[in-house]
Amino acid sequence: MSYQIPKFRHPELPKNQLGYTKADYEGSISTLCAGCGHDSISGAIIKAVHELSIEPHKIAKLSGIGCSSKSPTYFLGKSHGFNSVHGRMPSVVTGAAMANRDLLYMGVSGDGDTASIGLGQYGHVARRNLNMVYIVMNNGCYGLTKGQDSATADEGSVSKKGEANPFSAIDLPAIALQIGATFVARSFSGDKEQLVPLIKAAISHRGFALIDVVSPCVTFNNTPGSTKSYEYAREHMEATGTVDFVPMHEEITTKYDPGKTRDVTMHDGSVIRLKKVDDSFDPFDRLSAITALEKSRESGQILTGLLYMDKHSRDLHEALQTSRTPLNQMNEHELCPGSKVLEQINQSLR
Amino acid sequence: MNPTDVKNPEYFHKVVDCQYACPAHTPVPEYIRLIAQQRYTDAYMINWESNVFPGVLGRTCDRPCEPACRRGRIDEEPVAICRLKRVAADNKSDVADRMPKIPEQKNGKRIACIGGGPASLTVARDLMPLGYSIDIYDNQPMGGGMMRSQIPSFRLPDSVLNEEVNFILDMGVTTFFNTEVTSMREILDKNYDAIFVGTGAPKGKLLNLPGLEEASDSVYIGIQWLANVAFGHTEQVAQKVIVLGGGNTAMDCCRTAKRLGGQDVRVVVRSPYADMKASPWEKEDAQHEGIPIFDNHTPKEFVVENGKLKGMMFEKVEAVYDENGKRSLVPTGEDWVFMEADVVLMAIGQENAFPWVERDLGIAFDQWDMPKLDKVSFQSTRENVFFGGDAAFGPENVITAVAQGHQAAISIDLFCRGESLLDRPAPHTNLVSTKMGVHEWNYDNQVEIDDRYVVPLVDLDKALSDRKVEVELGFDREIAFKEAERCLNCDVQTVFDESRCIECDACVDICPTDCITFTANEEDESVLRAKLTGPSNNKTQELYVSAALPTTKVMVKDENICLHCGLCAERCPTTAWDMQKYFYSVTKAGQAA
Ligand SMILES: Cc1cc2nc3c(=O)[nH]c(=O)nc-3n(C[C@H](O)[C@H](O)[C@H](O)COP(=O)(O)OP(=O)(O)OC[C@H]3O[C@@H](n4cnc5c(N)ncnc54)[C@H](O)[C@@H]3O)c2cc1C
Ligand SMILES: Cc1ncc(C[n+]2csc(CCOP(=O)(O)OP(=O)(O)O)c2C)c(N)n1
Ligand code: SF4
Ligand code: SF4
Ligand code: SF4
Ligand SMILES: [Mg+2]
Repeated sequence: MSYQIPKFRHPELPKNQLGYTKADYEGSISTLCAGCGHDSISGAIIKAVHELSIEPHKIAKLSGIGCSSKSPTYFLGKSHGFNSVHGRMPSVVTGAAMANRDLLYMGVSGDGDTASIGLGQYGHVARRNLNMVYIVMNNGCYGLTKGQDSATADEGSVSKKGEANPFSAIDLPAIALQIGATFVARSFSGDKEQLVPLIKAAISHRGFALIDVVSPCVTFNNTPGSTKSYEYAREHMEATGTVDFVPMHEEITTKYDPGKTRDVTMHDGSVIRLKKVDDSFDPFDRLSAITALEKSRESGQILTGLLYMDKHSRDLHEALQTSRTPLNQMNEHELCPGSKVLEQINQSLR
Repeated sequence: MNPTDVKNPEYFHKVVDCQYACPAHTPVPEYIRLIAQQRYTDAYMINWESNVFPGVLGRTCDRPCEPACRRGRIDEEPVAICRLKRVAADNKSDVADRMPKIPEQKNGKRIACIGGGPASLTVARDLMPLGYSIDIYDNQPMGGGMMRSQIPSFRLPDSVLNEEVNFILDMGVTTFFNTEVTSMREILDKNYDAIFVGTGAPKGKLLNLPGLEEASDSVYIGIQWLANVAFGHTEQVAQKVIVLGGGNTAMDCCRTAKRLGGQDVRVVVRSPYADMKASPWEKEDAQHEGIPIFDNHTPKEFVVENGKLKGMMFEKVEAVYDENGKRSLVPTGEDWVFMEADVVLMAIGQENAFPWVERDLGIAFDQWDMPKLDKVSFQSTRENVFFGGDAAFGPENVITAVAQGHQAAISIDLFCRGESLLDRPAPHTNLVSTKMGVHEWNYDNQVEIDDRYVVPLVDLDKALSDRKVEVELGFDREIAFKEAERCLNCDVQTVFDESRCIECDACVDICPTDCITFTANEEDESVLRAKLTGPSNNKTQELYVSAALPTTKVMVKDENICLHCGLCAERCPTTAWDMQKYFYSVTKAGQAA
């Protein structure tokens, strides 16, 4: 078994605007099971962040507990990281973001971490529209603790244990939509062509950006009766459309049929170009997204792609008017202005 | 693209870059692993089977394998393949009992080999074990050809050469040394069943410049001069020596002159330094010994005073390239340069010469006075006469002479058995899994990051004091091990089984050098290359394309910079990838299944 990855990389690896290659965004060698979907998502994150030319030290990756939550070790090795408590990643991100809004917050969680123990925190972070990317590596089971059905396992789905799941599934995008999330997407670990642009768009979005990624657990939940297996996901995937991401510094050169495509300029100046498959679907209309999700659930499909985006999203920093300057860049006097100021504040509240 | 046919023996052969580039297709990674395991004798015999002169070649080979070595594409420098071969030779134990048995009962066929160089010796090596009777004729006192007469002892000690020449002669070859063959007709009249001509390219070129006649006592043809040194006829040289030419012969001449008393020894060459024909390491070795190289100097005339050579005049030139990249050397217009010399050695090329082959024997020659040969069988237009080595297609090197000797031996054997020369035997191949456990392989799949190790040299003063002192000391066992560990094991092939793949992308994500892609197939290779995970610009390396997978995509692996690290196979949940060791060897005469 190799516990080390060879040092050598492709000698002609493309460099991004910062002069970094993809290798500069890698992490340690993964210890997940061979073939785990989570590793592919890690690969997609590396690709997206490299292509966006984000400085590694401007990113913080935070997670809870689970195989999925372990995965930040396997990407962005030069970024900040916080492996928190089971289901509590959102509150740690909230704290960090309040203290320093300059970092890109990349939350990574599992379906157990998010939909079981962490459901409460998940709801609140979505509702508050905290500016973060929230990736759920969704395998329908508790991989780390040997594959118990999780709350996202579909009713009737049969994992390696061999018993059909008796409960109905929590649909994380549907909850996020209900609760007020401003960017909701779903994808599949085995489809980087879709996933990478979605991650880029989620990074560019200001506000809470959920990507629920079906990510098969090869060891416990890649069975013929499972609805979270590679084969099932591939056969039942249905995309709302395609998403192309054009970074701010690049010119848009290709022209598309205007009836079918829409360009959306993000707050950082990048453009996402959406190409629709179905005319009745509108990703800027919450009702349309909710309807589409329900319809696909009824027909047994897995609806993927960008499901919803609020172009006018106001994130938590705007709502609370938090400090622009990170706390770690303030001096003692600014952080602790003294008892007089406190007195004034108290007075104003009387 | 069509799915790759990995059953074609040449497909995986080509992945083993070094072996593919070796004219004799020596199984390089196999012997390098044996060296790492300290199985020097086994490593030696693998070499001996393929290239006949491992001790000689481990010191002198032109090493076409090294520029081809995969490691050179991902690291600064290739594996020191050649010098590892020497390690096998230096550390082997007695191999007498591993030599092929020579049948007491001969098969009744008699073969003459004209010339006793590596080509003829290889023919003898391959045919003696099959029961042939072989006569070797050579005008030199001992066997070895130019390995003996040209390659200086400070690069190749006599003892090493003698041992490997004798392995063959001791098989019972009849030798006629000190015998100049002056008539092919006479040889034919001896009624041999077949004749092999391995006489090399023995004629050195001479530049006829003004003053040559008066200076002729002090002007020598490089290869003749080297032969005279090798056989002890020339023991010293005057103080000021100019060597003309930029090839390996020039390098051997100047380094030899330096050892025979030359004080001011210099190499003067017409072309720019970078374009010189000599191998880079030969140039470095000469300069290391304090021999300056004057490039961009065209010799114009000999300067002779009172019947004695004083020196030479040179015109300075510069290289100019036209739009097709064709070079011409244009005079710079500066004054001619005078350089002093007591002796001039001309090392400006060698030629073939067949004055002894009568032209009415049915052996046809072409417009360049070279024998007309079949490129595969080496048969001449007279069916029982074959050529090989430098005599066949002009001067090359020892390993090419050996490779051609093997092929000529196959032809001679087929011919003597009355079979078609077109029926060439297929190579011997074997592909076996290296899997030992879930994530364990029976080869060392870790990729070491060490830089290439430098071969230690003998003290310079000592080297220059005696032409017989070998300059290179060779790797010791410890460094040999470390150098061997740099080898990427390119013969351990990544073999893909599409029926097992679930397209999880794990192999794509883990591959450190981005070799693997799953994508929709394309008719056109360059369109497909443009879609691959990693840049795919080396068109000399193959794409391994699978049949269509359930999603209709195909797996495409660019073989170019695969590290053979096995991580794809370790990561694959379904063992769709396996690491399988591929052994390929060229079948020799009489070995066909
Ligand atoms: C200075 C120099 C240095 C070299 N260094 C290297 C090196 O480092 N590495 C390398 O790989 N190659 C080297 N070479 C090239 C290499 O020596 C030859 O390519 C190789 O020896 C060719 O082998 P062969 O069997 O074809 O012929 P040769 O080795 O040339 O053998 C032919 C033999 O036939 C004899 N002969 C010729 N005509 C007759 C005749 N009419 N009657 C009887 N005998 C005859 C010759 O005297 C000679 O002994 C070097 C060559 C030169 C000139
Ligand atoms: C407070 C707490 N409760 C329970 C556990 C045990 N536990 C560890 S991981 C895990 C589930 C992880 O599932 P998921 O988030 O889906 O991650 P996966 O391993 O499937 O990627 C549980 C229940 C824990 N570590 N901490
Ligand atoms: S790395 Fe080893 S096997 Fe590969 S080409 Fe170089 S020497 Fe040959
Ligand atoms: S052996 Fe496999 S993982 Fe390693 S470099 Fe080659 S293709 Fe990539
Ligand atoms: S790891 Fe194995 S199963 Fe997965 S894509 Fe690669 S070959 Fe196919
Ligand atoms: Mg899970």
